[in-house]
This record gives sequence, C-alpha cells and structure tokens, in this order.
Amino acid sequence: MIRVERRLEQPAWLSLAVPLGSVVVSFGVMAIVLVATGRAPGHTFIRLFDSAFIGRDALNATFVSATPLAFTGLCAAAAFRMQLFNIGGEGQLYAGAVLGAGAALLLGNHTAWLSIPLMVVAGAAGGAAFALIPAVLRAFLSTNEIITSLMLNYVAALVVDYLIFDSQSYWRDTSTPDARVFPQGKMLPDAASWPGLHLGGIVLPFGLLLGAGIAALLWVLFARTRFGFEMRVIGDSRRAATYAGMRTRRKILAVLAISGAIAGIGGASQDGDFRHTLDPRGLTQSGYGYSGIVIAALGRYNPFAVVVIAFLIGGLQNAGYTLQGVDFPSGLVGVMQGLILFCALGGELLIRYRLRVARPVREREASA
Amino acid sequence: MPTAVELTGIVKRFPGVIANDGVEFEAAEGEVHALLGENGAGKSTLSNILTGLYRPDEGSIRLYGEHVTFHSPGDALDAGICMVHQHFRLVAPFSVAENVILGDHRGEGRKLVVHPRRIERRVAELGERYRIEVDPRARVWQLSLGEQQRVEILKALYREARILILDEPTAVLTPQEADSLFETLRVMAGEGRTIIFISHKLHEVEAVSDRVTVLRAGKTVASVETAGATQRSLASLMVGRDVQLAQRQERTAPVGEAVLEVSDLCATGDRGDEALRGVSLTVGAGEILAVAGVAGNGQRELAETITGMRARTRGSVAVDGTPLHGGDPREAIHAGIAHVPEDRLHTGVAPSLSIAQNLVLKSYRSKEHAAGPLLRLRAIRDRAAHLIERYDVRGGGPQLPARQLSGGNLQKVVLAREFSGSPRVLVAASPTRGLDVAAIETVHRYLREAAAEGVAVLLISEDLDEILALADRIAVFFEGRISGEVDAGRTTVEELGLLMAGGAPS
Repeated sequence: MIRVERRLEQPAWLSLAVPLGSVVVSFGVMAIVLVATGRAPGHTFIRLFDSAFIGRDALNATFVSATPLAFTGLCAAAAFRMQLFNIGGEGQLYAGAVLGAGAALLLGNHTAWLSIPLMVVAGAAGGAAFALIPAVLRAFLSTNEIITSLMLNYVAALVVDYLIFDSQSYWRDTSTPDARVFPQGKMLPDAASWPGLHLGGIVLPFGLLLGAGIAALLWVLFARTRFGFEMRVIGDSRRAATYAGMRTRRKILAVLAISGAIAGIGGASQDGDFRHTLDPRGLTQSGYGYSGIVIAALGRYNPFAVVVIAFLIGGLQNAGYTLQGVDFPSGLVGVMQGLILFCALGGELLIRYRLRVARPVREREASA
Repeated sequence: MPTAVELTGIVKRFPGVIANDGVEFEAAEGEVHALLGENGAGKSTLSNILTGLYRPDEGSIRLYGEHVTFHSPGDALDAGICMVHQHFRLVAPFSVAENVILGDHRGEGRKLVVHPRRIERRVAELGERYRIEVDPRARVWQLSLGEQQRVEILKALYREARILILDEPTAVLTPQEADSLFETLRVMAGEGRTIIFISHKLHEVEAVSDRVTVLRAGKTVASVETAGATQRSLASLMVGRDVQLAQRQERTAPVGEAVLEVSDLCATGDRGDEALRGVSLTVGAGEILAVAGVAGNGQRELAETITGMRARTRGSVAVDGTPLHGGDPREAIHAGIAHVPEDRLHTGVAPSLSIAQNLVLKSYRSKEHAAGPLLRLRAIRDRAAHLIERYDVRGGGPQLPARQLSGGNLQKVVLAREFSGSPRVLVAASPTRGLDVAAIETVHRYLREAAAEGVAVLLISEDLDEILALADRIAVFFEGRISGEVDAGRTTVEELGLLMAGGAPS
C-alpha cells in the first residue's frame, strides 16, 4: 500500500527533477492519446521537435511565438510571487498593444530612437493602468483579484474589437474604400518597427531581448532588494508584514502595476515586432495571457526559468501551427500543453509530499 | 472500578519524529484521569488516536475490555468517546442547539426534519442538571469562550459520551469558572463516565484528578494516584529533572519615570463590537505591568492598538511623552515599541522565510541592512549568526524556514529580533503559551532582563502563575475595561479571579 507523507525538507534537486519528470509523464500520456487516434507517437514527437527547434526557419518562428509568452509568463510570475493571482495578463497585453500602437501612430514617421522607447513606455503604462483596476479593488476592498482580473480580460478584448470593428477610432484605417468595408488597423509607421538582432540567419526579436532583460531585472528585484523582501513577507503572511510595519496596500498596487506593465510591454512588442498594426483578431485568438500562467507555474515563478519555458512552449505552439493539417489536428498541441500543465501541477505534490510503500494503514496528514 | 480505556504499546511515527513511542495508558470508569506532559510529549497525538483521527502504527486500544479499531473519528464517537478541543469545533453562526446536534448521526441530527424545540429542551435540561447552563437558542458567536466550552461539553453529554477528553480546558476560564468546571467534571465522573483531563498546569491536575499519567518524549513515565503526589514530584516526572517552580522575585531597583502612557483607549474588535472601552494605564521604565483576564476580554485588542496594528476610535498612546497617531505599526516601531504577538507563527514571523530573514523583519529598512533599495545580504547573514548564538536558537541554521522551528525556538527568534531593536516598551502577548517548561524559563528570564535594562514591559497573559511570578503590578481586564489594578506582591488568586469575572475589588 502506498502512503502519502509530507516532506519535512524539500531537497533542491527535486525542484528540477519534478518538472522534468512531469514533462516526461505528459509525453507518455500524450503517446496514449496519439495511439488512440491512430498515429505513431514516436514519429509525431520527432516531427514536432523538428519543426520547433531544428533549422533556422523553425527557430526563428519559435522566437516569434515565444516572445509574447515570455512577457505574459513574467507578468504572472511577478504577481504570483506575492500570492497575487493576476489572471489578467491577457487583457493587460491588449491594453499595452492599444497604447503602444497609439504612441507609434501619434509620433508618425520620425525617428526610431524616439518611437521605440515611447512605444515601450506607452505599452507599460497601458498594462499597468489596466492592472491597477483589480489592484485597487484588492488593496482597498479585498476583492478577489482572480475574478476581477479574469473578467477584465473580456472587457479588454471587447474594447480592442470595438476600436477596429465597431468605431471610427484613431487606430482604424479608413483611408481606402476597401478598408472601410473590411475593417483593419492603421499600419504603423516604419520608425515604429522594432529591430531584430541578426545572428547568422537567426533573428532574435527585440521584444525577446527586452523580455530577457526584464527577467534579469525581476530576478534582482526578487532576490536583492528591500522591495523583493517585502513581497516575500507579504506573500507569505500579510499579518506578519503589517506587524513589521510594511505598507501592504501600496505594495499590492506596485506589484500588480509592475506585473501589468510587463504584459503591456508584451502588447507593444506585438505591435512593433510582428504585427505593425493593432490587430484584434490576432491578439484575441492567441490566448497569450493564459499560456503565460501555465509558463509561470511551470517555471515556479523564477524569471529565468520562465523565459526558458516560454521558449519551449513557444516551440510547441509554433510546431503546432506549422504541422496543422489533415494529418495533424490543431487541437493536438492544445491537448499537449494542457497535459504538461496538468502533470506539472500534479508533480508539485511530489515536491511537498512523498510516497512511501508501507503496511496498509490509512493515515491522515500529520499536523506537526 | 472496571477499566474503561486501555491503550497498550501505542506507537505513532511521523516523518522524522516518533510522537508516541510505546505509550501505556489506562483509565477506569468513574474517574477523572489527568494526562500530564510538556508540549511535544505526545499528549495530542495520543488523544487524536483515541478519538480516531489517527491510527496507531503499533499497539492496541481496548474499550471496556473489548479490542477496538477506529477507522475514522465517527467510529470513536459511536463508541462514546468525545473530545473538547482547545480550539472549539463550533459553527459560529449556528445556535447552541444546532451545534449540539451537528454531526450526531444517530439521533436528531440525522433526521430530515429537525425539531428545534425538542433539542432546545434537552439541552436546557442537561445544562441544568450539570450546572452548565447556556441559552440553547443563542448563536455561538454571541457567547464568551467559557460559554462556548460549555456548549462543547453539552455536545458530549447530548451524545451520551462515556469517555470525555478535555484538552487544556481552563485556558479560557477564570479560576472560579475553572472550579465550577471541575465540579461538573466530578458530577459526570460520579455517573460512571471517564474524564481524561489533558493539562500541564500542576495545581489543576492536583485539584481535579484521581490519577495522573505522565508522558515524556512519547513514553509513559509514570501513572500515579494524585493523592500520593505533589506538584513538585509531578513536575520532575514531567520534565525529567528537578525544576524550580516559578518563584516570585521581589523588585530591588525602583521603577523609573513613566514610559508608556495609555489613556482612555477605545477600539473596535473584529466583529465590530466595542473591544476596548476606555483603558488607561501607565508603565514605568523597568516595570512589568501584567494585564490579566479571561481570554477575549479585550487584551488582544489592547496589544494590537498600542502597537498600531489596530486603529483606535478614541484615546491616546504616548511613549516617553510623545503621542502616537496610532493605526500604523511602523510608527510604533520607530517610537520604540517592541511587540511579541500572541500568534507567533503567522504574525510574529513569516513562516516560510528563513530565520535570518525573520530576524531582520523590522530592521531591513535600516541603513545597517540596506543600501538604498538593495539589501546588504552579508550584514543580514552576520546579524543572524550573531543573534542565533546570543539567544541560543537551536534546531537549525540561519537559512532554515522559521516554521520548522519548535515553539520555544521560534519565540527566541521573535524575542531576539524585538530586543535587538533597543526598545523603550515591550508589549508581550501570551509569550509562553504552548511552550515547554524549559522554554518558559528562558522567556521569563529574557523578560526580566528587559525590565532590568529599563524597558517598560506590558505583559498580557492568561496564566496567573506567570503573572504572579513576573509582574510588579497587575491590571485585570473585564469586558474591555480595567476592572481593577492590584499590587502583584499583595494580591491573591481569589482576588484576581473576582476581578476577572467583573467583580469589585475587595
């Protein structure tokens, strides 16, 4: 009989072994799904891997997929660190995309060195402002931020749609008769195109580099600063934080604003790096914000791990797009992503508890 | 008297600890049997085994001569074993009668249609017979802790429990209420029920029990007739060495000028009730003023209001003549008010953070530990190493999460941090609750040391022995007011008990 016991200590190697093991298990379950639907699992996995990571084109496409995921993953990780469950990365990313595109259009075709930083700032401001709505409700009225931030995602999606499809807004292209019939966003000026870093045929998008930089800053913030220390205390016990004289309300506002700002920069990166217009369809159909939550959970809120996992999940998604067709339904990648999350969260149990084979005795958890 | 409960060779292991290591326990019908032991001696584990919450790894349970195996707490209830936990298991918005039938799956509680009148009548009858009257229609949240305890006992009586276990039942009672509880227990025992009384207070054990079983480090060390034992002999059995029972030390140095001045303080409790109703007190440099009272009479709110964790609605708090705005713990910390909170695990420390981090919980903002926004990690590590040695924190290095420390060592971490800020005032709320004898001695020593260094100490405690041993003056709390203030050297437990119940000072 197998017994579950709480671990008194959590060995360091487990925090690496368990996520890896979870991925292996999820591949195993996926293999069963593939066999059940009449496909050869080995062959499918190889095809997935090839089209995600082998060759320049595959890698470049993977970087494109990974960039927004790195931002939304960091957005979730920053807030989750303080036990603030910001599910609103999705909406905050749209808000950043709206303001980022707005800034680019407003500045026109002047100089890139001015347009690009201002797009980043505008995107951050949009995301932060949108995140401050659940933040204020949480800090002053103790409203559950999971619900409010989640619901605001729908609000943001409708607003983005409205700006392009249902109004003559500043963002909508109305210059040609064609555009009036088939609504689309104004093309951003060339100065608002974010440059990529070219390394022998491989193109690293500017946004991805920015994301890596933000990850490094977050790490410093978490590990080395007073601010990070307060975040840990508040996340662990809000009462202890109040007791120690910490300003918990201010910190909730600040952390959610930072979290939203990161997603917002991700939105601006969508405008500047890839889409070059405010593209409601493209943004709202991708589910970047929700994937970001998966990525933050898999990376155990470690900023560097989040970027690495964003790359891997980005590869998986990219492979899904590339391979989808008659012999490879597009839903398969979604199933796979779900399985990975399911196994990873299940695996968390193994970090805190251990299984032990013992005589058949039914046990309750030991209260220390 | 025939044996009611017999536990033989009980072994219960948890990862890394053996909580019960071959415990032998036997209680007869119609007796009050005390289970005595320090924290961590295995009392709680044993009672959890007896109430079906845990199953023993080894050993057997016999009830009235028959071998039994409990698969769940329900089985133990069916066998007639009830327990009154230290933290009551009541549903606050429900009425007394509703709480009584809750989980009673044999009688009224099982029926689709509940007949509240019938239950209320029965509850009232039982209350009258055992002299533990409670209004059966009152909601539990309206009751004092002492009354809530009566509801727990009524629950057991309603279910016709033959074996009743009480875990530290007197913590929420005045000495007089405790005496009346003991009478009730004697009546119940007189009817042939078995009462198992868990405590670490020796005088109570002496007052109420027929026999005592002493546990130490998971083993039964003795089972003796109470009549043939003394408090001293029981204490040394419990601790495993000769101990000095808390002795009063008369003050030698005179009290300095007033440091903490509280006047007409009012504050609202968590339920929106008036928890503090105009409290005024003064503590001088080097003085220990104890606040006594039954739990829930505003003592916790007093500590929280003085330390800024609770907003006040009226009145003032001043340190060294400088008034505080109130409602801001940071302001209180800067004014030199140190605070040892009642809930040391979730307020006194951040449980998942390391010992080192918890030691700088209040000083991480200082120049010493931070350069601008960045923490000085090396200085923090050095400070931790120094304090761990100075205050003899055992059980792990500076990187160990605080929650893995024992209660005594955790309290040392809190005290080390609070004293290291060179406070003017120390507010200590139940600083020794749940600690073992050795740790209590240590905490008392630190409190005396603080006073000797000129700190004004406000000691809030429900333990009269502790108060009488440490305090210079005692302010007794009743319903949010000070019902009397007495000189600790010249008062008696009876006088304090009267004041705790709201009576006039004699």
